[in-house]
Amino acid sequence: MAMRAMHDMGGLPAGPVERDEHDPSHAERRVDALMNLLRARGLFNVDEMRRTIESLPPEIYERHDYYERWLYTIERLLIEKGVLTAQEIEARLAADG
Amino acid sequence: MAEPAFKPGAAVRVRDLPVKGHMRTPAYVRGRRGWVERLHGAFPNPERLAYGADGLPAVPLYLVRFPQSELWSGYGSAGDSLVLDIFEHWLEPAEV
Repeated sequence: MAMRAMHDMGGLPAGPVERDEHDPSHAERRVDALMNLLRARGLFNVDEMRRTIESLPPEIYERHDYYERWLYTIERLLIEKGVLTAQEIEARLAADG
Repeated sequence: MAEPAFKPGAAVRVRDLPVKGHMRTPAYVRGRRGWVERLHGAFPNPERLAYGADGLPAVPLYLVRFPQSELWSGYGSAGDSLVLDIFEHWLEPAEV
């Protein structure tokens, strides 16, 4: 059996596909806009984004939805690229309380 | 671009390369046999792009058709197939 990464779920046992749609929330729209702006600025490419989302810790990947994973991915890439530090992000979150 | 190794109609088997980093060949197709439908062209290697490299030299990318019966044991409908884009370094010649 081939080794598979966490996101590589094709063919694994699963229940019925959830087909309900929902309108994106304001927060989700902002995450989408942020991702697109950062890519348009050339900060990272789509494969770097995918590599990052696919290597999120399982406890984050499994427990969060689509745009929440994007948000973690943006944070990690901003740190990896030296745009922000983890300390700066933590400090800002603490300030926003 | 390098001369493509496979022509349309060629039988190929997907290599079971070790999983590390980012790759675009799903687990369920590795080790399975399909047939080259057509060459898309050559594209920068996403496995290298994923680490900020330029992904060059470009790698031939094929549309490969897999009978569903090659992918899933006990699959019922003989005529069904699945097509996937597979980069050349994931493919090796297969026996027919």
